Amino acid sequence: MSLDPLPLCLLFSSALFCLGLIGALARSNTILVLLGIELMLNAANLNFIAFWRYGPATSPATGVMFVMFSIAVAAAEAAVGLALIIAVYRHQKSIRLQEANRLKG
Amino acid sequence: MTAALVLIAVVTLATAAVALSLRNLIHSALLLIASWFGIAAFYLWAGAEFVAFAQVLVYVGAVSMVVLFAVLLTRRSRADTVIAPDSLARAISAVITGVAVFGVLVAAILKSSLGRLSPAGVPALPGGTSVSPVISAPTATVREIGIQLMSTHAAALIIIGILLTVALLGAVILAAQDGPESKQESP
Repeated sequence: MSLDPLPLCLLFSSALFCLGLIGALARSNTILVLLGIELMLNAANLNFIAFWRYGPATSPATGVMFVMFSIAVAAAEAAVGLALIIAVYRHQKSIRLQEANRLKG
Repeated sequence: MTAALVLIAVVTLATAAVALSLRNLIHSALLLIASWFGIAAFYLWAGAEFVAFAQVLVYVGAVSMVVLFAVLLTRRSRADTVIAPDSLARAISAVITGVAVFGVLVAAILKSSLGRLSPAGVPALPGGTSVSPVISAPTATVREIGIQLMSTHAAALIIIGILLTVALLGAVILAAQDGPESKQESP
C-alpha cells in the first residue's frame, strides 16, 4: 500500500464519486438524485486539482483554470436542474421519479 | 500532511454518505453543505486557495440556497420534507453497482504508476522503494490566474459567461409560473 499523496487523493475522489453514484441510483427523490450528480462533479474537480498539484509539470495555473470553468458549468447545471424539478412538480404535484412517467403535461 | 488529507477525506465522505441516506431533505441539504466545505478544505490543503474560495462562494453560498429553495417550494404541506422510504431492492442494487465501480477504480489506481512519477514525467527507477518525489508545488497566485484568464483562456471565459447567462435565463423561464395573461395571448 503506497502512501504517496497522489494515490490518496485519487482514492478520495473515487470514493466521493461512488457515493454520488450510489445516491443518484438509490434514491427516488429528484432533488437527492441531483445532489448525487453534484457530488460526482465535485469528485472530478478533486481529480483536476490532485493532478495539477502532484502530476507531471504543466503550465502553472492549468488545473485551477479547469476547475473554475468546471465549477461554473456545475452551477449552471444545478440551476437548470432545480428549475426543471420545480416545473415537473407543478405538473405532477410530486417529485418522485417513479411518478414522473408521462410526457403529456 | 497525509494525516490532514485523511481527516479531510473522512469528514467529507462521512457527511456526504449520511446526507445521501437521510430521509429528511432539509437535513440532507445542510449536511451536504458540510461536505462541500470539506472539499474546499481539500483545495486549501492542495494549495489552490482561489479555487477553495470559489467553491465556498458557489456551492456553500449559491447552490445550497437554490437547493433549499427547491426543497421548500416542492413540498405539499408544512411537514412534507420527510420523504417516504425508497425501495430496498433499488438501494441494494445501487450499492452493489457503486461498490463494483469503486473496486474497479481502486484496483486501477493501486496498479498504476501514477504516484511514482517524478515531476518531469519520468518514471522513477523500478525497485527504488523509497523514491518520494520532491515536487515543487505549482503556484497559482490570483495575479497569475487573472492574467491567464484574460490572455490564454479569454475565449473560454467569454463562452462560460454566455453559457451561464443562457442557462440562468432558461432556468427562470422553466420555473416561471404561467400567468393568466400568457394564456390569453395564445390564440
